[in-house]
Amino acid sequence: MQLTINGKVENLDVSTVLDVLKAKDIDPQLVAVEVNTQMIDQENLGTTSLKEHDKLEFLFFMGGGA
Amino acid sequence: MSFTEDQITRYSRHILLPEVGGKGQKKLSQAKVFVVGAGGLGCPVAYYLGAAGIGTIGLIDSDVVDLSNLQRQVLHHTPDVGRSKTQSAKEKIQALNPDVQVNTYEERLTAQNAREIIRQYDVVIDGVDNFPAKFLINDACYLENTPLVHGGILRFEGRVMTIVPNESACYRCIFKNPPPTGVVPTCQEAGIIGVVAGIIGTIQATEAIKLILKIGQPLTNRLLDFDARTTTFREIRVKRNPSCALCGPNASLTELIDYDEPEACAI
Ligand SMILES: [Zn+2]
Repeated sequence: MQLTINGKVENLDVSTVLDVLKAKDIDPQLVAVEVNTQMIDQENLGTTSLKEHDKLEFLFFMGGGA
Repeated sequence: MSFTEDQITRYSRHILLPEVGGKGQKKLSQAKVFVVGAGGLGCPVAYYLGAAGIGTIGLIDSDVVDLSNLQRQVLHHTPDVGRSKTQSAKEKIQALNPDVQVNTYEERLTAQNAREIIRQYDVVIDGVDNFPAKFLINDACYLENTPLVHGGILRFEGRVMTIVPNESACYRCIFKNPPPTGVVPTCQEAGIIGVVAGIIGTIQATEAIKLILKIGQPLTNRLLDFDARTTTFREIRVKRNPSCALCGPNASLTELIDYDEPEACAI
């Protein structure tokens, strides 16, 4: 299905948020996921179904400051 | 208090702005900002806040200046290598603007001292390099109801978000807990292009000034990500998370946590 991920349109064969993370080889521990501006709790990644044209934001930790 | 003639000249470009004026400049001179970390972010933040005439700047850092810091930590100069970062920073700020009182804390921010120090300030700036400290600052600011300007930098990227407790999303609304130690690289391991610290730090200083003057729209409920490679800013809308353990309706965090400190990034 067609999804917008961090501002870029992508076509992926997925049904849940966790599928997207797997497809992109992203460790779920290292990312906060927003679907249509709603934060998804870590434990719900596998049960959150996606639909056509959903907008996802993957927010990675950015820790430096010094 | 009223301004001297020299002060009116010094701050004239501020005073000219209708949004600032003499009244706003007075607010700045009465404001107290606490800058956590006198490193890559803390240096530009404190430098510009000092120039702007912020009345009191608190600086906390337990480190000494290292030669590898000078590529970005602009308050520290070559002869400062080996000296305390807070002392080095204080000297430069006061040479730039003797009006500014600089309080230095040569220690780490901990669960024991954080709330008591933060309570004395109006705005807090996150200029630290590790996640345990970022969560500690977020939590302490929420518990003390003090606005926080969060910042982060790594490689060619940077991020800023302003947090107004009880009004906007906090850091934990997005990231629940610090990542496992060692899985997210630090500046020391991954590098940082020095200028990004300046860009992110000056945005943080801008946010602090806006909060003090109550002008414009703060960077709340928006995560601003910058990428120097493409010179692009991306704004990600965020909102308060009802399941946030700190600021949600069923919050369970009421005390500060001292997470295990990882090896500090060579500040
Ligand atoms: Zn929160």
